[in-house]
Amino acid sequence: MDVSEYIKLVFTDYTLRTITLGTAILGAVTGMLGSFAVLRKQSLLGDAISHAALPGIALAFLLTGTKDSHVLLLGALISGLIGTFWIRSIIKKTHLKSDTALGLILSLFFGFGMLLLTFIQKQPNANQAGLDKYLFGQAATLVESDVWMMAIVTGICLFVLLLFWKEFKILLFDADYTKTLGFNTKFIDVLITSFIVLAIVLGLQTVGVVLMSAMLLAPAAAARQWTNSLGIMIVLSATFGAFSGVFGTAISASQNNLSTGPVIVIIAGVFVLFSFIFSPSRGLLFKQIRFIKNRRDLQQHKTLAFMFRIAETHDNISHPHAIKILNNFQGFTKSTLQQLVRKNYVKIDGNMWHLTEEGFKTATNLYNQQEKTND
Amino acid sequence: MSNKIAVQIDDLTVAYNYKPVLWDIDLEIPEGVLMAIVGPNGAGKSTLIKSILGILKPIAGSVRIYGKPYKKQQALVAYVPQKGSVDWDFPTTALDVVMMGTYGSLGWIKRPGQKEKKAALEALEKVGMLPFKNRQISQLSGGQQQRIFLARALVQNASIYFMDEPFQGVDATTEIAIINILKELRKAGKTVIVVHHDLQTVPEYFDWVTFLNVKKIATGPVKDIFNDDNLTKTYGINYKVSIQE
Repeated sequence: MDVSEYIKLVFTDYTLRTITLGTAILGAVTGMLGSFAVLRKQSLLGDAISHAALPGIALAFLLTGTKDSHVLLLGALISGLIGTFWIRSIIKKTHLKSDTALGLILSLFFGFGMLLLTFIQKQPNANQAGLDKYLFGQAATLVESDVWMMAIVTGICLFVLLLFWKEFKILLFDADYTKTLGFNTKFIDVLITSFIVLAIVLGLQTVGVVLMSAMLLAPAAAARQWTNSLGIMIVLSATFGAFSGVFGTAISASQNNLSTGPVIVIIAGVFVLFSFIFSPSRGLLFKQIRFIKNRRDLQQHKTLAFMFRIAETHDNISHPHAIKILNNFQGFTKSTLQQLVRKNYVKIDGNMWHLTEEGFKTATNLYNQQEKTND
Repeated sequence: MSNKIAVQIDDLTVAYNYKPVLWDIDLEIPEGVLMAIVGPNGAGKSTLIKSILGILKPIAGSVRIYGKPYKKQQALVAYVPQKGSVDWDFPTTALDVVMMGTYGSLGWIKRPGQKEKKAALEALEKVGMLPFKNRQISQLSGGQQQRIFLARALVQNASIYFMDEPFQGVDATTEIAIINILKELRKAGKTVIVVHHDLQTVPEYFDWVTFLNVKKIATGPVKDIFNDDNLTKTYGINYKVSIQE
């Protein structure tokens, strides 16, 4: 299937359109909220919440006997909120650090959830199959009403974000200070966390308990590389998330038997990798290039400065000197010398070198600059 | 200095877990002083400030700002936290951080406008950071970051300023710039309370001092009580400082 054919299919095929829209919206809302989690250094909170949601799904099924996704996700929401609440109170009321509290809740809830799932699978009625799709997600089960729900939650989330933009920003940056200004930091905090829980629960059906936290973190981590503005970071993060959803769905739909959730997460990972390497200000590539360039410049300056000191002692700056004396006093490389020649700072004649007018001037400036900074 | 009491603390006790960090503190800070809080590490200096500002909850005692609880008087108070208490890699600019000082008076939801921006630019000017207003905060030096924090408090246009080690890790130029601003604040009738570590500079910078080591050791004018006796009581070892007349 080529690309244009696929795009046409996205607009005509009901199932594909629903899934593409659903994963795109999901990616956008988790990317948006993920920025908050990452900036609050609560990256692992998402992982704990999504795992904590599992027993809720199982219990909702046991209590109601239906597999209606809305009912199950409501169970997930409740159990996710309980998990989050417990994490907060463990941190607050005991000596334990937050990573311990997160790990504890994550594994306890997940363990309990798995226990319930295996119990359900042993039940005699035929209705039980398919609950395990919440482990790794199954985007194909998305229907229009799911997408509507995601869209509505995203809309509310966006509205609240814009409304409390100033409060969110200051809390993220400096919580204590926010408190002294008279803001109810607990309210802002609970608001952010509730939306994170909500977004995670919405994604369980598509991406699943295990991989959900990547949807939260990967787009935000990628976006942070490209900008120093909170607003742009959130927009970028939402965009990366949405594109992960769209591309992930496309790849999994055009290749048979590739499940959508993991593909989406891998695409999000590709965004991260790309950003880590190619971001102009923070990326590894440009950092390395800057490093090499600085080192080369420094080497040239060093050699030039040394030549300047020799040339200085003569009335005529183009008085030739042996290359050998550079060697004897100061290590220099052939390439450094060649670069200086190319820049027309130095002329080489056989085994001898001399500074050009331009080279002498540049070297003088280098010296002056250095003296200035020393002052 | 007037006769009014800016901050009144009665029987304040704060504990982390079971260990008391502040024990039964009674303290009156008169209006218009430039006061240093000194004491060894772990003496509870930062805790005292945080308890006054309602960031920490004391297990006993009361704090009054001009006779009323902090919650009613927060518009009168500005806080400069320790520089290390925030993540300077946060994606924002110097101007943006200073603007945060206006958020309190704006209240919920309302966004800062031209008026707030102007106030923030003036504060940046005052601390000599105007040329850096659009700089990403991670690209500022430690001293510049401290100035930004100071500017953020100045924007609040408060009556009482609490500062947690504003001189920590800043160079001499920044230290002089900061202390000049603090002295200006005092001249304008404001009360300035500073957690301070460098005992040598206490007589030069401050006119009021509180010695603290879990308990309050002494409080009063620097010229009366900044002596070897109180320093020894506070730091537990024999202290000799020469106070320049």
